[in-house]
Amino acid sequence: MNYNWNWGVLFEEEYLGWLMSGVGWTFAVALAAWVLALAIGVLIGVGRTLPSRPVATLCTAYVELFRNVPLLVQLFLWYFVMPEIVPDDLGRWMKRDMPNPEYVTAVTGLGLYTASRVAEQVRAGINAVGPGLTSAAYANGFSTAQTYRYVLLPISFRLIVPPMTSEFLTIFKNSSLALTIGLLELTAQSQQIAEYTFQGFEAFTAATVIYVVIALGATVIAQILEKYTRIPGFVGKG
Amino acid sequence: MISIENISKRYGDFQVLTDCTTHVAKGEVVVVCGPSGSGKSTLIKCVNGLEPVQQGRIRVEDVEVTAKGTNLTKLRARIGMVFQHFELYPHMSVRENLCLGQQKVLGRSRDEANAKAEALIGRVGLLPHIEKFPGQLSGGQQQRVAISRALAMDPIAMLFDEPTSALDPEMINEVLDVMVELAQDGMTMMVVTHEMGFARKVADRVVFMDAGKVVEDRTTEEFFGNPESERAQDFLSKILNH
Repeated sequence: MNYNWNWGVLFEEEYLGWLMSGVGWTFAVALAAWVLALAIGVLIGVGRTLPSRPVATLCTAYVELFRNVPLLVQLFLWYFVMPEIVPDDLGRWMKRDMPNPEYVTAVTGLGLYTASRVAEQVRAGINAVGPGLTSAAYANGFSTAQTYRYVLLPISFRLIVPPMTSEFLTIFKNSSLALTIGLLELTAQSQQIAEYTFQGFEAFTAATVIYVVIALGATVIAQILEKYTRIPGFVGKG
Repeated sequence: MISIENISKRYGDFQVLTDCTTHVAKGEVVVVCGPSGSGKSTLIKCVNGLEPVQQGRIRVEDVEVTAKGTNLTKLRARIGMVFQHFELYPHMSVRENLCLGQQKVLGRSRDEANAKAEALIGRVGLLPHIEKFPGQLSGGQQQRVAISRALAMDPIAMLFDEPTSALDPEMINEVLDVMVELAQDGMTMMVVTHEMGFARKVADRVVFMDAGKVVEDRTTEEFFGNPESERAQDFLSKILNH
């Protein structure tokens, strides 16, 4: 293979700037989408475990819809199809006046998709707490809301820290799909550097390393969180 | 105080309870016993509405448990319940386990709740452990905490669902002692248990169940001295012979 290695290209001012800007957008998309995913995912996940049939069915429908359509297709639907099927005025606004349409669409699409996955983790966590403690909380005189607030959620949130860490890492990696609707995040910027400099190996190696560093950083934070929230003497329900 | 009249319950096609009737008067201790799967745990869970029934009525004092629209949350706050597997809140200290219901359900102040918690935990000899978490206590200690948690709500009656079945043998007595004391203090109690020694000592009546039916419902002396049904005779001979 005849390839002129030139790692220095990554540190040339212009290209380094592109990379940093890409990292910035990757964080901006992933973190905003994560907040959205957590808020909606917790509600939907709790909803699936509620005694109310209609609520549980509605939440199940959400999960199945968003979990089973490929993320890329969802992004295209939000970006290209949504403005055409909403009322005309809104559609026009989305196409012309909505600020930062790629960013807003990426956050919406990625957030709502990840919410379906977060919901499943939350549901699994609540189910893992077991019917015994739920009965005990009801017997103690708590309402359904209080039972969730004081017993089920605090325990299940601790139980699901490891799988939620995976989801958090996944949202970073999935944010790279935003390049398909024109958002210049990390992967898009690397691709651009490759095209301008023909140093594709260096550019994508840089992207790879940055993704891995972000992931490892998040894993360390998750481990600290896990340690900090551990319940003394509690090793899951026997 | 508790009256159960002709209740029946099914899980799908499986009939768990058939036409069960019994009563618990104020201050009375009633032991419910019977072989596994006879429906005794289900029966006791119907009393505070943890399990719904399809037929019959249950009343606790003036509250119709089985009527539609009854505020079960309010009712449950007045009835203490103790479970086979303790079911303490694992993410809270013993103190918090006892205070949570008092503060959030009964609206007591933190100081009031703490004073009550300390008094109750002291009575079961666990004051040095009050800041510990349930996972750091033995089974017997956990069950004593669970009884105290129920008592912290000042219940009008206590339900026990096999409170010693999950305990190591050497811990059973420390829990039974607390229950005996409670009975002697005049608490109204309905106890599902296999501890026949306990039944003899403190029960006013024994309800014997088999296959979802109440087979015998008699005073303790009558039940042990002269059980009527063959099923109860058989049961007693098996568990009293060793």
